[in-house]
Amino acid sequence: MSVVATPNVRRRGWLLAACLVWVGVLLLVPLVGIVITALEPGIHVVTQTLRAPDVIHALELTAVITAISVVVTALFGVVVAWVLVRQRFWGRSLLNATVDLPFALSPVTVGLAALVLFGPGGWLASFFESRGIQIIFALPSMTLVTIFICVPFTIREIVPVLEEIGLDEEDASRTLGASVWQTFFRVTLPNIRWALAYGVALTTARAIGEIGAVLIVSGLLQGKTETATLFIFRAYEERQVPAAYVVALLLAAVSVTLLVVIEFLRHRQERERSRT
Amino acid sequence: MSTPIVVEGLTKRFGSFEAVTDVTFTAPAGAITALLGPSGSGKSTVLRMIAGLEEPSAGRIVMDDEELTVKSVQERRVGFVFQHYALFRHMTVAENVGFGLRVRKQDKTVREARVRELLELVHMEPFADRYPEQLSGGQRQRVALARALAPAPRVLLLDEPFGALDAKVRQDLRRWLDELHRELGVTSLLVTHDQEEALELANQIVVMHEGRVEQVGSPGEIYDRPATPFVAGFVGAANVLHGEVVGGHIHLGSIRIPGAAHLDEGASAAAFVRPHDVRVASGDGDVAAVVERVASLGWLSRVSLKLPWGETLIAHVPNDDLVGVVEGDTIHVDLRNPKAFLVGSETSTERADVSART
Amino acid sequence: MGSVAQTLGGRSGLWSSQRTTAVLRHLALRGAAVVYLGLLVALPVVAVITKGFGDGLGTFRDAMATPAAWAAIRLTLWTSTVAAGLNAVMGTLLAWVLVRYRFPGRRLLSTLIDLPLAIPTLVTGVMILALYGPNSVFGRFLDDLGIRILFTPIAIVIALCTVTLPLVVRNVQPVLQELDPAEEEAAATLGAGPQATFRRVVFPAIRSAVVAGTLLTFSRCLGEIGSVILVAGNIPKKTLTAPVFIFQLTSQFKPAQAAAVATLLFGLSFVLVLVTSRLIARNEASA
Repeated sequence: MSVVATPNVRRRGWLLAACLVWVGVLLLVPLVGIVITALEPGIHVVTQTLRAPDVIHALELTAVITAISVVVTALFGVVVAWVLVRQRFWGRSLLNATVDLPFALSPVTVGLAALVLFGPGGWLASFFESRGIQIIFALPSMTLVTIFICVPFTIREIVPVLEEIGLDEEDASRTLGASVWQTFFRVTLPNIRWALAYGVALTTARAIGEIGAVLIVSGLLQGKTETATLFIFRAYEERQVPAAYVVALLLAAVSVTLLVVIEFLRHRQERERSRT
Repeated sequence: MSTPIVVEGLTKRFGSFEAVTDVTFTAPAGAITALLGPSGSGKSTVLRMIAGLEEPSAGRIVMDDEELTVKSVQERRVGFVFQHYALFRHMTVAENVGFGLRVRKQDKTVREARVRELLELVHMEPFADRYPEQLSGGQRQRVALARALAPAPRVLLLDEPFGALDAKVRQDLRRWLDELHRELGVTSLLVTHDQEEALELANQIVVMHEGRVEQVGSPGEIYDRPATPFVAGFVGAANVLHGEVVGGHIHLGSIRIPGAAHLDEGASAAAFVRPHDVRVASGDGDVAAVVERVASLGWLSRVSLKLPWGETLIAHVPNDDLVGVVEGDTIHVDLRNPKAFLVGSETSTERADVSART
Repeated sequence: MGSVAQTLGGRSGLWSSQRTTAVLRHLALRGAAVVYLGLLVALPVVAVITKGFGDGLGTFRDAMATPAAWAAIRLTLWTSTVAAGLNAVMGTLLAWVLVRYRFPGRRLLSTLIDLPLAIPTLVTGVMILALYGPNSVFGRFLDDLGIRILFTPIAIVIALCTVTLPLVVRNVQPVLQELDPAEEEAAATLGAGPQATFRRVVFPAIRSAVVAGTLLTFSRCLGEIGSVILVAGNIPKKTLTAPVFIFQLTSQFKPAQAAAVATLLFGLSFVLVLVTSRLIARNEASA
């Protein structure tokens, strides 16, 4: 800590206070607020809501979409990160730029894209219709848009780690007789595991919280294509405010837990990087 | 277990740049051969090609009468020690050393015994459960060596193994590697830019420069009978004096230096004389020179001499021979063991950095 | 793979079946990466842009012809600017406090700052509803004072500030951490007070991180919907932002118009993200 930085204790006090007020008003107070508001009607309302079949279905749907998104983005994330760092080829910077695209798009735009591709009269609509596969207004499109939005997380975490670590350990592994797969699983993967875990945690949080894109592609079929977030949206619009608050509180609780995991992983990752 | 390494016509091109050109030599079985050269001479590339970490553009590599040129790294069974250790950071010392055995699916008890054996060999037994980040540089390199030796490779390749270490640690490890090699007798190929290291450790030295082999020989041969101006200048310090070839001698000013019989009459030539081969003469000697500076280095002194025709000569003279000599005095010196080379277009660039090397 | 490799590579000297397998594997991985990103990311973007310009600029102009469209974009732009500006200042301040000060609860503050990364944006909106709505103590207090927050642009700005809170902080923090304290000490010995030192020594060093974080924030705000849709009221020309407008258009089965607005928004964000990553890369290169 710099000795010369604000030695004036009063000024430090003001700066600190400003920060605490900012974070407090924007985050802490509303968080407390929702706990109070959701629990106000009484515990029985909470349990009733959480037992409703619509709610259970919504939570299940969110869980399924999140799980698929996490697995797909983790797997392909490792592949893409590997290709970007370890291979040189024409078009590599273009590929790199593509990874950042999802961050530049509003989720509604993503939903719109899915509509253009799979919706009525869409580019790929006839292909799937003729095979009797329902994409739009059903699980597949909701999963696809979520995956799209989550693509960058794992890749952006793994790439810098792969770059920093370099090739030496992998070369050494090969000279000791390990095959390419053995080298990957025994040497490379352990070196990127915290970065991968951190990326997965971020993906999980993002997938659970997705609303903009699924709002457009789900068709909002209650009990069929409603995720937890969509349930909250519809419930609020239909004036089922207590139910909306309860499910919102549940998601908030899950998020806070995820947050703790994310913080832990972030620290682990930083410790790893200082080891190299 | 030991086999010679035969390398023929090895060439490596990166795009239009040729890093290694037509390298041929044989590393004798059971001996330490050093690949010596400045950075950028291609020596590491040669080593990596032998290991299989790089594909040659042309040439062959043969070990144990087996052509290895197209074999994968794993199939070659070479032990490789990296300059920056390349220890697996997530494994303990013991796990690192046992890795080569683990991937070959060796039985656990056999593996553990072998790991222990090697850790004892490198005196790292007490550190078996430590992680690389907890070790010093010298310790890490010893573990790297144990790891490379564990799967009983047929040759050992070392890529500037001590380059990243302090001078003192380097010397200790150098001595220790020497002893280890005597004990194990594995054919070893050592890449280094440190000529002292090569001269001390190697049974045979391959001097490389700009991708080509300059000379292959024993340390004595390389030092006393350099085949090219580069070798003369790179290995051991050298003075470079310039003159003309007349009747089998190099004429430098008023003096004549023998040993130019193999050079063309009338050609420009350079004579290489080592500082310790400049002896204070009893009597007239080869040439008279003016003492410019005397710097005492302990039991000998480094003397800067100005020759009559203007060139500078650096001499390493025992202090006993310099009694009463001060700056400005004229003394007579003999130039012993001169090596004569033609001055041509390839050597002119070498002249520049070599004459600065004393 | 093995026999193909052998067939391809069996013959001439240096092309072993081993090498061919390796090359094939390399290409397979690259192919997988390209297909994954191409189908999953590039294709949808192309789809939207194409739809937006469907019959050339005509569709685009028609879509943007409605006053609601321009109002929505204007609203999105100015609320995003305000939110980005606020977070630029507060984010830098937070980074400073986290890096330079020691106080109880510092770790907790740091964790809390990351909450928007974990929490669904819709839930953020619900939290704002809960706090400022008529059913809460605070909400009623504000009502008594005659201050309306919900369903005004103020609510939009609050929502945007909340969801983008960590962005500037996390961008600036590592840069601040890396600064050499010796430079500030030198400034002090030469007579500079804390403010002058900050202005002349510290800020120039963190400036591009602050700018990058701010641009990132701005870009994020442009596309934000989850936290805004419940709290804004979505009154056309008053509190209807572009993303919500796009959603409404799709609900009204006007995908071409929606695509036009979306493309405009995307164009803006894309340029910003490009500039940002250039800045970040330049930052890391000089670090």
